[in-house]
Amino acid sequence: MAITPPENRLWWNEPLHRMEIVWITIAFLWGVVMFLTMVYWHIAGQQNLSNEAYRVKPDAFAAKAEAMVARYKVREEGDSKIPVVRPPAGGDAYLIARLWEWWPILELEKGQSYRLHLSSMDWLHGFSLQPTNINIQVHPNYEMVLTVTPTQSGEFAVVCNEFCGIGHHNMLGRIYVVDRK
Amino acid sequence: MANAAAFRVCPETGLKVCHHAEILIKANAVVAVVFLAIGGLFGLLVALTRWPAVHILPADLFYLALTAHGADVLLFWIIFFEIAVLYFASAVLLNSRLAAPKWAWFAFALMLVGALMANVAVLQGESSVMFTSYVPMKAAPHFYLGLIVFAVGALIACFVFFGTLVIARQERTYEGSIPLVTFGAVTAAVIAVYTIASGAIILIPTFLWSVGIIPHLDSIMYKVVWWGMGHSSQQINVSAHVAVWYAIAAMVLGAKPLSEKVSRTAFLLYIAFLQLASAHHLLVDPGISSSWKVFNTSYAIYLAVLGSMIHGMSVPGAIEAAQRRRGLTQGAFDWLRRAPWGNPAFSGMVLSVIMFGFLGGISGVVLGTEQLNLIMHNTLYVPGHFHATVVAGTTLAFMAITYLVVPLIFRKEIMFPGMARWQPYLFGLGAMGISFFMMGAGTLGVSRRHWDMTFADAVLKFEYPPAAFLMMGLNGISALLATLGGIMFIVIVVGSVFFGKPRDEAAIKRNPVIGPSGGAAVSQYGGEATFNLPGTTILVAVFFVSFVLYYFINWKYLSEVWPLR
Ligand code: HEM
Ligand SMILES: [Cu+2]
Ligand SMILES: [Cu+2]
Repeated sequence: MAITPPENRLWWNEPLHRMEIVWITIAFLWGVVMFLTMVYWHIAGQQNLSNEAYRVKPDAFAAKAEAMVARYKVREEGDSKIPVVRPPAGGDAYLIARLWEWWPILELEKGQSYRLHLSSMDWLHGFSLQPTNINIQVHPNYEMVLTVTPTQSGEFAVVCNEFCGIGHHNMLGRIYVVDRK
Repeated sequence: MANAAAFRVCPETGLKVCHHAEILIKANAVVAVVFLAIGGLFGLLVALTRWPAVHILPADLFYLALTAHGADVLLFWIIFFEIAVLYFASAVLLNSRLAAPKWAWFAFALMLVGALMANVAVLQGESSVMFTSYVPMKAAPHFYLGLIVFAVGALIACFVFFGTLVIARQERTYEGSIPLVTFGAVTAAVIAVYTIASGAIILIPTFLWSVGIIPHLDSIMYKVVWWGMGHSSQQINVSAHVAVWYAIAAMVLGAKPLSEKVSRTAFLLYIAFLQLASAHHLLVDPGISSSWKVFNTSYAIYLAVLGSMIHGMSVPGAIEAAQRRRGLTQGAFDWLRRAPWGNPAFSGMVLSVIMFGFLGGISGVVLGTEQLNLIMHNTLYVPGHFHATVVAGTTLAFMAITYLVVPLIFRKEIMFPGMARWQPYLFGLGAMGISFFMMGAGTLGVSRRHWDMTFADAVLKFEYPPAAFLMMGLNGISALLATLGGIMFIVIVVGSVFFGKPRDEAAIKRNPVIGPSGGAAVSQYGGEATFNLPGTTILVAVFFVSFVLYYFINWKYLSEVWPLR
């Protein structure tokens, strides 16, 4: 019985059950396959999270985002007049996370790549692009830079999916993706 | 000193039960169940709020209830119960007296004070920070202090456990090696020490920061170290509930592992590789290199997962072997059909094995795969996954063994046996539902820890697909089922413990909890050369195929999202 000491004091000398050997081998090899799949995806896959990140002070990041807005703003939206910004294809797009908004609204071109910069002004936030379903953690004092290529046009929401206080569920941003003219 | 402890002899197993160990097991188990009741109630409120048609709590209370739920069930219910398991696996199973009962009571008091302090802090409303309490969001100082005091208590309890092992060895209360269940408990306790150390390293500075002594904490560093505690503590749960699986199979059916060597090695794999796991909570955080993530999340090529896969074969294998020896040799599954399905200890254990493996295990590996985490991080998929592991897996296993602990340790008959028969099925079905439907909603992108999936008060608008709303409704219904199963459990346990009939000789004869043939039916162990295990082979094959398919389906989903570099 498993609740009593092994009857055979030399339990470590006992032969293995054949089924155990087979299963351990299969399970081990499956682990190797799963490990190699991650490595393979870094080589051949299209969706790998960037390793590019910098330490940044919130003010410094906000200043860069404001400069982008000043330069590339195309219109404003809603009562709160959130700027809609259209950064050049291939260029830098800044997105600020703060209690409780994503700022500004970005307008991107389908099929073009952008260097998207993410950082928080205060607490942790979660960048959750919907309905595409890409989810990235956003920290204060860190600027993450990733290159994204929108492949569908339309209206996308940026939900905050890291709890950030009482306004968390109202923290909703937007990204437009437009077809190339 | 050595004779200070009083013993009684268990009439069913012949084991000597130390008086101190016995009351401490009772105390820890009872408090555990109280926290399960409180935390479960918060869980129900949370689930009903997340059901858009019901949406019962206002936002501030929702976040408060969610914080209380996480802390009460994940920390306090589980860890109090685990301490009871540790004392059982050491003092009782080894026929030994408990080391330092005074320290054990001190540990109990600290844990209780800490848990109450944290609860008070949360209920006061200034500490709705979730049990993860990521900085720089700040809770009231006594929230952190409560957790620290609780952890110190748990650490002392682990040392009482180790002390008991030493005493048992010195006083030669058992022959040869420690039994497998105790070995599993040792695994849990070793991991607990590591876990609590990580907890201290992070919670003490956080407490100092909350009272203004330390000016700044780095949010990434916090997450890395916090999960050194948060994830490792899940490995404690796994070790403990696997030990419980073996214990129940042995006690009810006289089942023993196919080979001791393999099962013990599988436990060792947990100890060796778990420290690496905290990485998989930071797969989409800035500034962490891919190679570190790939190596760490795979726990060095999935060796801890290998450990679980071994147990997942060896527990059903042990049961099948025991049943076949008993003569249930027809076909592949006669042994399973004719198992004691009306015994809640057995049915709870089997459901726990199946749901932990199929739902919790597979989803956990997928979620913890570096790139796949991108399409799941912080969605409801995450709570879906861990309700399969800690609710359907650990909690159900602990409930199952309670049906043995009440007659053996509390020496009371189980009250309401008819209800007890059904309880594991009802709770299991509910737990399966909440896991499954939260995973479904998460696959559709729904955020976790989120009060309003309709975004009614947000400046901009967005709607999740209708299927996501359906999932949350079904999740609410499953929550009601799980709650009903939970209430039944509490009624049965509290009823039996406080008002139950004492278990006398006649009752023991009529209704033995320990299987009739005990160990005798399976007295030869090790290489089961004479037994084919076709049933287990089929079960394991089905598991493996599901695993592989689901794994690659998720890569397909990933390949459809926007390219990222
Ligand atoms: C009646 C049974 C239960 C129900 C209905 C339930 C339901 C839920 C729901 C709906 C969530 C919230 C998901 C979200 O909005 O993020 C949640 C979170 C959670 N549950 Fe449960 N649960 C139950 C039992 C348990 C048990 C027994 C455990 C642990 C052993 C547990 C551990 C957790 C944890 C750790 C969280 C996460 C809290 C957080 O995000 O900070 N639950 N539960
Ligand atoms: Cu936020
Ligand atoms: Cu948020």
